[in-house]
Amino acid sequence: MVALTDEEKAMRDGRDGDAVAAAMDLLIRYADALGAEHLCETRNVAGTNTQPSPAKTKLFEEGGWSKAFAVISLDCDDDITVPQMKVPTCQLQHGFGNDALGIMPYSERNIELQADAESFYSSKGVNVLATCTPYQVGNLPTYGEHVAWMESSAVVYANSVLGARTNCEGGASTGSASITGRIPCWGNHLVENRYGTHLIESGLRMTGFQDWGMFGYFVGDAVMEARPVMVGDLGQPDLADLKHFGAAAASSGGVEMYHIPGRTPDAPTLEAAFGGAAPPEPLHYGEAERRAMYDSLNSIGNSEDVDFVLIGCPHASLEQIGRVARALEGRTLSAGTELWVMTPRALRSVADRNGWTATIEGAGGRVLTDSCPAMSRVAPAGTKVFATDSAKQAHYLPAILGIEAWFGTTEECVDAAVTGRWRGSLAPAAVVR
Amino acid sequence: MTSVAEPRRLVLRGRGIVPGRVEGEALVSHETISGWGGIDPATGTIVERRHELYGVCFTGKVLVFPGAKGSSGWSGFFQSTRLMGTAPLAMVFTNLTTKAALGAIVTRVPTVTELDDDPVARIATGDRVEVDADNGLVVVHGPWPRSDHPR
Repeated sequence: MVALTDEEKAMRDGRDGDAVAAAMDLLIRYADALGAEHLCETRNVAGTNTQPSPAKTKLFEEGGWSKAFAVISLDCDDDITVPQMKVPTCQLQHGFGNDALGIMPYSERNIELQADAESFYSSKGVNVLATCTPYQVGNLPTYGEHVAWMESSAVVYANSVLGARTNCEGGASTGSASITGRIPCWGNHLVENRYGTHLIESGLRMTGFQDWGMFGYFVGDAVMEARPVMVGDLGQPDLADLKHFGAAAASSGGVEMYHIPGRTPDAPTLEAAFGGAAPPEPLHYGEAERRAMYDSLNSIGNSEDVDFVLIGCPHASLEQIGRVARALEGRTLSAGTELWVMTPRALRSVADRNGWTATIEGAGGRVLTDSCPAMSRVAPAGTKVFATDSAKQAHYLPAILGIEAWFGTTEECVDAAVTGRWRGSLAPAAVVR
Repeated sequence: MTSVAEPRRLVLRGRGIVPGRVEGEALVSHETISGWGGIDPATGTIVERRHELYGVCFTGKVLVFPGAKGSSGWSGFFQSTRLMGTAPLAMVFTNLTTKAALGAIVTRVPTVTELDDDPVARIATGDRVEVDADNGLVVVHGPWPRSDHPR
């Protein structure tokens, strides 16, 4: 049984109202299921409340957003009043907003419901960041901080790049954490569960985030849910590189935590990455493995006629939006091809100021916010073949939407949008001698 | 039930994480299961195209599987099966993770994990299985007799 502090017992026993008591009840059942010995205090929750689903819509129609929050976010059937969020809580990506109205088969009713949910939850103190990458728009936990986050790519980034500590949480655990400031102290919250389990030795230097994406796809497939440690002359990754690496590793496997000695904060050295234990025999990543990942990510593409190009999964950084705009300058999209750049609204406002949105829209593309085709399960009507610079989307979207996929660099994707044809190929690897 | 031959009666001992006792027909997945992108809550069906149980409905079955994979939406998707009336009858799984534990809790079906033998290897689809999550037991009775097949 999980041990509770006096404060936690008071919350469980109703001192702070029915909703908090229900949240503590869920957290206790969850902690006991995991075998957690106690709860962590947290001041940082990233969850999802606003996206309509058939079940949530039904609950909303029965009893408003309070009912939906009680059942879905607290696993509670009682009528409760939703209190103010106790700790800073943000909304992850959600369904499409009204910038998508009329351009795809996503229901207007869902967009209305979501707007209504946004008003409700923001009045309760939820920050509607509306992105799978809260770390790109200001939600940056400090090193060692216990947080309660959902979204596989955000979880792996928080654990590995920021050195915060979170498990892969769900709707009910983040909902309960948001009004109690507690989450089971288990798994990735405990230092002994954060050391590396596998050693990956790369003979290649990464030359951009396409390379980091393929490397992540290889690593996830090789270790599944385990904790890989990557060594070699990898080069200096930036935010987009590690974002794509982690997202790919969380897609092909279920990686929640990795180390790159000297680059990620839990592992200043190889020794630290393994907690002083002897590193295991390394797995090798070289030219053949890189080629195999490229071929695998492109195995669903047959037709070279591309009718949809998607940039931004996880959500595009400012640098990525700028790259798309530069590649599009003075060009016009092919008549039969859509180009969407997915990003949070906060970054879009900067892209607007920089003139990048105007350049992209002037060429016939769109900058869309707060969601993605995988989350909302819709693409432009009639899409048969899409191209993307994201290993994660190349992995998921063919399965979700039944369409063909091409995976390449940002510039190859922009080229496909302009010509309507896929002409990508794998650039030579940067072999380390 | 007395007519059932029980040559394969087997008791697996583990830890109940969602209480309750039920008896039903097993549906065994040898592969991990995705929630988001892997199941359709409206129909209680596995929809991941490359999955061994693609197109198979788990509603009312004792779902035996190695564990959860994929998105953190896992628990929400299985919770939706309860709300849509398509949930499994019980869950028996091998690999304890936050996704599977929370998912079982919000699906509110008797669930046993951390068993002393591999349930995925020892239970076959179609077996009659008692899940006693109050005591952490899974009792396997062998193939469900066609005469009282629950369909």
